[in-house]
Amino acid sequence: MSRVLTLAGRTGTGRVGAVLAALLILIAALWLGAAIGETAIPFKTVAQTVANRVWNAGYPLQPIDEGIIWSYRLSRAVVAASCGAALALSGAVLQSLLRNPLADPYILGISAGASTGAVSVAILGVGAGLLTLPLGAFIGALVAFVLVSLLAAKAGRGTAAIILAGVAGSQLFNALTSFIVTKAATAEQARGIMFWLLGNLSGVRWPDAWLAVPATLLGLVVCLWHARSLDAFTFGSESAASLGISVRRTYFALVGVSAMMTAVMVSIVGSIGFVGLVIPHSARMLVGVRHGVLLPAAALIGAVFMILADILSRILIPGQVLPIGVITALVGAPAFALILGQRRDRA
Amino acid sequence: MTLSAREISWSAGGTDILKEVSLTLETGEFLGIIGPNGSGKTSLMSLIAGIRKPRKGEVFLDGSPIAALGRRAVAQRLALVEQQAETGERITARQAVELGRTPYLGPLSPWSPQDDAIVDAALRNVDMGHLADRLWHTLSGGERQRLHIARALAQESKILLLDEPTNHLDIGHQISLLDLVRRQDRTVVAALHDLNHAAMFCDRIAVMQGGRLVALGRPQEVLTVERIRAVFGIEVEVEQEFDGSCFIRYRARRRQPRPFSAIAAVGA
Repeated sequence: MSRVLTLAGRTGTGRVGAVLAALLILIAALWLGAAIGETAIPFKTVAQTVANRVWNAGYPLQPIDEGIIWSYRLSRAVVAASCGAALALSGAVLQSLLRNPLADPYILGISAGASTGAVSVAILGVGAGLLTLPLGAFIGALVAFVLVSLLAAKAGRGTAAIILAGVAGSQLFNALTSFIVTKAATAEQARGIMFWLLGNLSGVRWPDAWLAVPATLLGLVVCLWHARSLDAFTFGSESAASLGISVRRTYFALVGVSAMMTAVMVSIVGSIGFVGLVIPHSARMLVGVRHGVLLPAAALIGAVFMILADILSRILIPGQVLPIGVITALVGAPAFALILGQRRDRA
Repeated sequence: MTLSAREISWSAGGTDILKEVSLTLETGEFLGIIGPNGSGKTSLMSLIAGIRKPRKGEVFLDGSPIAALGRRAVAQRLALVEQQAETGERITARQAVELGRTPYLGPLSPWSPQDDAIVDAALRNVDMGHLADRLWHTLSGGERQRLHIARALAQESKILLLDEPTNHLDIGHQISLLDLVRRQDRTVVAALHDLNHAAMFCDRIAVMQGGRLVALGRPQEVLTVERIRAVFGIEVEVEQEFDGSCFIRYRARRRQPRPFSAIAAVGA
C-alpha cells in the first residue's frame, strides 16, 4: 500500500490523480459536516445551498435550512478542516525536525503559549490595539517555543528532555492564562474564555474561515517547499547539514510556520490537543515517511478527522455541544499511549 | 577538487579542542586520521566538512573559503559519514541512500530517472542491492554502515569524509568496508581507531594528539614505536614489510604474578 502510494506520488499523472482524490475526500467530508447535525438536512439541499451562494443558482430552498447550512455548519466545517490540517502539519514538521515522535504543538507548550498571548491581547489589552488576537497568539507561541527549547537544551536535548520541558512550559503558560483571566476578566468573559480554551468550534463564522484557510494554505506551501530538507533530517541535523541543507534557515522557517499555524488556530478555536500528535503517525503508517507525500496526507487526514470530530461533538449529547477538544483528547490520548508503548518495544 | 585547512582552531565550553591544525588533501588519496579518544578527530572532521566554523583559521574548498560556499555547493563536492548516525523512522535501505541526492534536488528540480540510476549503482557498489527494500531497523550494524557509505556515494562528491566508519563492526565487516571505500575513485579522509587498518589502507596518516596534528606522512614514516608510545601510551613492535607497508604488534604490559591465594580462590 505505502509503496503504491509512494510510486503514485512520483509519476506526474499519479500525482494529479492523488491530488484529485484528496480534494474529493475533503469535499465529501465537508458535505457530511454540513448535512449532519441536530436537524439532518438532505445532501441535495447542501449542494443546492452551495450553488445558490456561490453562483446564484436560484434553487428554491427554505431560508432556515439555507441559513443553517451556509452560515453555521459549512463555515464551521471549513474552519474545522483548516484547523485539523494545520495542527497535523505542525505536528508532522515538529516531529521530523526535532526527531521526536512525541512532539506536537500542544505537548511542546506552543498552544499554551499562544493561548496566553491571545488572552493577554483580549483581556489585558497588551499592544494597545496594535496587536490583533492572532498576532498576540503568534508571539505567545514563539515565546513558548523558545523557552521550552532553552529548557530542553539545559536538560540534555534528549527525547524525554524536550517532552518534559514541554510539560513544564505548558503548565507555566496555562497558569499564566488562568491568572490573567481570574485577575482581569469579568465573570462572563471568564466563562467564555475557559470554554474557548478547551477547544471549541461554536460561534465560528465565515470571517474566521477567511483567516484559517489562507493560514493553512500558506503553511502547507512552506512545509511542502521544505519537504526534501525535512527528509534530510532523518539521520539528524548534522547529517542534514552534510547533505547540503542550511539547518538554521530550515529550522527558523519551519518552526515559524508551525507556530503561525498553531497561533491562528488557537486564536480561532482555542487549543486542541492530540491532533498534531496522532494524525502524523497515522499518515506515516499509510503513506510512509517521505515528506513530499507525508505532509499533504497528514493535512488531509487531519482535516477529515477534525470535521468528523466536530460532527461527533454536535450529535453525541442531544441538545448539548461538547467542546471539540474533548473528542480529540478521547481519541488521541489512547493513541498517544499506543505510540509510547511502541517506542519502548523499539528501544 | 582540493580541500585544505589552514591553522584551524576550535573550542567548546571554554576547552580548546583543536589547536592550529593545517592539512591539505592530495587528490585521490586515502588519508587516515588516528589519535586517542578526545584528541579532536571528530571535531576536525566536522570542521573540514564545513559543518562547524573554526574559531580561528579557515578551511578552503577548491580555493574558496568553505564558509563562503553555500551548503548545497559544499555537499555536491564533499560527503560526510558521521559516527553512528541512527534513525527511528521506518525508512527502507533504498530511501536512506536516496537521501544522498538531496544536494541536487529542490522544489523546482524534482527526482528524475537519473537519480534512480545513481541510487541503484550506489546500492550495488556497496553490495546492498538485494536488501534495498528492507526496513532500516531490521538491518545489522555492518549493513547500515554500508548504506551510509552508499548514501555518500550517491552524493557524487569527489571527497568522502568518514568518521570512524568501522566502529562497532566485527573484524570481517571492518576490513571489507575499508576495502570498499578504497576501491572508490574518490579522495577519502577516514578517522580510524585500528592502527593496522590505517597502515593497510591509508596512503597517508595524520596523527592527532591533544587537539594538535603531531605527525603527517606515509604509514611507515608515521607509525614508529616511539610515536605510538608517545601518543597512545602503549608498547608495540613495528614490522616493516618488504613491500613498504608495516604491521603493528601490540605488546601487553608484563603482568604482576598473581598471589597464590587468588589462584586458589578461582580454582575453588
